[in-house]
Order: sequence, then C-alpha cells, then structure tokens
Amino acid sequence: MHAKSSGISRMERNWGIIFALPPILGLLCFTLYPVAASFFYSLTNWSIGSDWKMVGFDNYKTLFTGDPLFQKSLYATSYYALGSVPIGLIVAFTVAMLLNQKVKGLSIFRTIFYLPTIVPSIANTILWLWIFNPDFGLLNSMLKSVGLPTSQWVYHESTAIPSLIMMSSWSVGNTILIFLAGLQGVPSHLYEAVEVDGGSRWHKFWHITLPCMTPTIFFNLVMSLIGTFQAFNQAYVMTEGGPNNSTLFYVYYLYRKAFTESKIGYASALAWVLFIIIMTLTLIVFKSSKRWVHYEEGGR
Amino acid sequence: MADSTVAVRVNSALRTGKKISPARILIYLILISGSAVMIFPFLWLLRSSLMENSQIFIYPPQWIPEPFMWSNFSESLTSVPFGQYFINTMTIELFTVSGVLFTSIMSAYSFARLKWPGRDFVFALLLGSMMLPYAVTLIPTFMLWKSMGALDSVVPLTVPAWFGGGAFNIFLLRQFFMGIPKELDEAAYMDGAKPFTVLWRVILPLAKPALIVVGIFSFIDVWNDFLGPIIYLNSNEKFTLALGLATFKGLYNAQWGFLMAASATIVAPILLLFFFAQRYFIEGITLTGIKG
Repeated sequence: MHAKSSGISRMERNWGIIFALPPILGLLCFTLYPVAASFFYSLTNWSIGSDWKMVGFDNYKTLFTGDPLFQKSLYATSYYALGSVPIGLIVAFTVAMLLNQKVKGLSIFRTIFYLPTIVPSIANTILWLWIFNPDFGLLNSMLKSVGLPTSQWVYHESTAIPSLIMMSSWSVGNTILIFLAGLQGVPSHLYEAVEVDGGSRWHKFWHITLPCMTPTIFFNLVMSLIGTFQAFNQAYVMTEGGPNNSTLFYVYYLYRKAFTESKIGYASALAWVLFIIIMTLTLIVFKSSKRWVHYEEGGR
Repeated sequence: MADSTVAVRVNSALRTGKKISPARILIYLILISGSAVMIFPFLWLLRSSLMENSQIFIYPPQWIPEPFMWSNFSESLTSVPFGQYFINTMTIELFTVSGVLFTSIMSAYSFARLKWPGRDFVFALLLGSMMLPYAVTLIPTFMLWKSMGALDSVVPLTVPAWFGGGAFNIFLLRQFFMGIPKELDEAAYMDGAKPFTVLWRVILPLAKPALIVVGIFSFIDVWNDFLGPIIYLNSNEKFTLALGLATFKGLYNAQWGFLMAASATIVAPILLLFFFAQRYFIEGITLTGIKG
C-alpha cells in the first residue's frame, strides 16, 4: 500500500512537470527573457540597421528632459485613465446595482448592456469615428435636433480625450457582469439584519453592499488601470495621436518610436517607464486596499 | 375623479400584494434609457451600412435607408480581398485556439491536481505575468521572431499559444478543475491509470463548460487582435480581417456606407457567437472575476 502511494507521488511529480512544461517554457521565452532584454535594450542607443553601443541611462535622461512628446503622451494617457477608470467603474456599478433589484427581464437587459463589449475593437473605433463626425455623425445630429450646441468631439484638441472617455464607458459589459455576480453573492442575512434594525435603503447600501463589494471593486480597479494605460487602437485608427498630439497615447507613441522610427533602444526605455508607472500605481492600490477592502471573516 | 382612480388602483395593488413604488418605476426608466444608449450605435451602424452616400449626408438624419443599398456589402467586401483576410484569420484561429486548449488544459490540470516541487512558485509567476504590461515584452519578442526570420508569417501570432495559452486561461481552468472532487482521480490511480488517462477520461468530460469558455474567449481574442497583426504582417495577402478593415478605412476614408458595411460584416459573426453561447460568456467572466 505504502509503495503504491509513493509510486503515485513520483508519477505525479514527473507528469506534473511534463504537463506544465509549455507555460514554464513560455514564461522563460515570452516573459522573463523579453523583460530582461527590454531593460538591456533600453540602456543602448540601438536603432535597427545601425551599430549600437551602451549609453547607460541616457535614453531615460532624454525622455524626462528633452522629449516634449513623451510628456504629452504621458499627459494624454493619464488624463484618459483618470477619466475612463472611475467613470467606467461608476457606470458599471450603477447598472449592476439596478440589475440586481429583482428586475423583470434581467437577462434581456444584461444582454443589451453586454453587447457593446463584444464589438471587435477595430470595428468599434471606426463606428465611433462616424458617430463623432462633426457634420453628419449621430451625436451632433441628435444635439442639433434638440437645439443644443454641437461639439468637434475627437476632432478638436480640447474635446478629444473626453470623447474617448465617453466612448470607453459604452463598453463596460465585463465590469458590469463581474459587479453583478459580486452583488448576487452578498449574503442576504446581512440585509435582513439591517431591516430588523429599521435601517433604510441607504443604510443597506452604505453598511452592507459597499463593504461587501470592495474586493470586487478592487479587482476591477486594478485590471482597468492596467488596461487603460495601454490604450492603443483608438489612437492608431481614430486620431493618429492628434489633433495636436492631444491623444498621443503612450503605447501608440512607443509603437511609433519602435516600429516607424526603428529606435529600439529609446522605445525600450519608454516601455520600462510605463512598466514602472503601472507597477507603482498597482502597488499604491494594493497598499491602500488594506484600508478600504474588506474580506469576509476567515479570509479567502 | 383622478384621485379616486388612484385610490382604487392603490387599493387593488394592496389587495394583490403588489407594490408599485416610484423607486421601481425610476429603476426601469434608467435601465430602459440606458439600454437605448447601448443599442443606438448599433442601429446607426446598421442604417449607415445600407445607405447611399447621398442619403448619409442629409440633415436631419434619416433612419430608414432608401433605397436599401445591399450593394454596399458586396462592393466593400470585394474591393479589398476580404475573403482572403477571412481565410487568413481562420488559419490563425485554428492554430491558436487548438494550442491554447491543448496546453492550457494540460498545465491547468498539473497546477490543480499534480504535486511537484516548485509548482506554486511557477503558478505565482504566471499570475504575476498577467499584470505585466504587454508593451514591455513587445519589442524583444518582435526582435526574437525577426532573428528567426519569422516576420510576415502566422508563426509569431500562433506559436505563443502553444506555450501555455495564456495565464488567464490556465487560471480559469485550474479554478474549475479544483472544483471537481479529487476522490475521482484517486480512484482512477488506484486502478493503475496514468495522469493523462485521468485528465482525458475523468476531468475533461466534467469540464466541458469551462473548455467552451476558454475556446470562445481565445477565438474572440484572435478575431479582435490588432496590434499583433500590424506588427508582424506586412504583405497585404497575409492580413487578418481586423487589419484588413483598418487598411480599408485608409482607402475609403469618407465612404461611410462602405466602411459601416465592412465593419458590420466583421461584427456580425461575433454577435452570432455571443447569442448562441451567451451562457458561457457570463459564466466565464463571472468565474474569473469573482474568485480573482
């Protein structure tokens, strides 16, 4: 009996490693190696087609002191992230709260609110470019018909980013679904306890719903921060970074440096700065989460 | 008169035990107007895709195409080789989805069920890699494929799928496998089965919903992928649908009827897939979001 179970554990070990080999090799070749190589590249002046040498932290110095476009792209990206992350979370949370009120036709509403999310990103950007069209687009036509002032949307420096934020809040279906599932998991006996104490809807929301939902809010916050800081398609397809570089998203700028100008070293430094920004933000959210994220007793 | 009808209605509501509170009316109002906002862009897409240019540029905008320009579809889809793009996309789909399923099933099983030294460390690394911005690995990965002479081919777009199929999918499947009672495996081992047999005969039949979720999500990822194709594919005859659509947009800049028809064609298969497999979408997203 004992011999048999130790045979099983040897078999588990061997097969376990064999079965896990693909992701282990994948981690080495497509994650760890590129991360290290990208840092190494960032310390060189490598451009495709010419000789290269080590230049230390010169690329980083240039970024922060001699590259106004870098600052523009950082500004555009942060502006976009700071707008679209909270607005997306609030919209999604509100819709999920409403859907969780035992509404009739829940599955129909859920489908409708999820639909925009599955539109392929390229089709989505082309569609919205047409919706934003200042002369014949959907938005300005509607504004005109009710006598409201129209806008240049993505075609003007000052409204371009707000327009993209609005567009992003159209497709928050994933976040809605995750919130909805979270809301359905809030134990109903907690609500009953508030009812017994004579608490109002507001009490239920503030003392039960919100605290119970903090882990889900936290998860969505981290994931959407990481996602929005890497926005690319809107800039590539809709605005080409314009007007006047107002939508020069960071990854789009990086793409231009690397794949149009072939400045591999410089673009790698850009990548590492983004890496550090995202890591810092994630760390701040993680650290602060101890104060505002409540996990159920006993932990998960 | 008005007061008395309200009184009657409230009375009957009380009698039947139904409550028509203003709050509920407000909830439905918000949900319905929200739904309208969600649906409107789709109607705009559809109506524009069937309109003549002359009708598109009329103010105030009309909603019913007159005439219905079905030719927008045939003309835009033949003006660039969308058929070829479709074949290219499906080729990438085939190699990617099969690679994702094959390797993520094996490794998720290993992480969920088999004990080996370093397992938890590797799994933690995998989870950590989900938070790594793709921008960091983009350039060296490109240089790697370039040095192997694999640019302008499907190799860089499909081969990575065979190396684990993405941390997200492994995570999702592992989560699902862990919910299957372990006694089933142990009984099979006692009968002398090997891990591969256990995975094939015991786990997979029970895990079908999770496999469908992973399959659908990776299919959609390939369909929507844009950055990968623009970086790795140069020759027009190798383009995917997403890349072809972006090129098409450059060629027919203000031809909104054509552009909308081409966009609608690329949206339609995904919408169909969604309607047929809605349950799996919802389960998949919920499964990863909640336990994350």
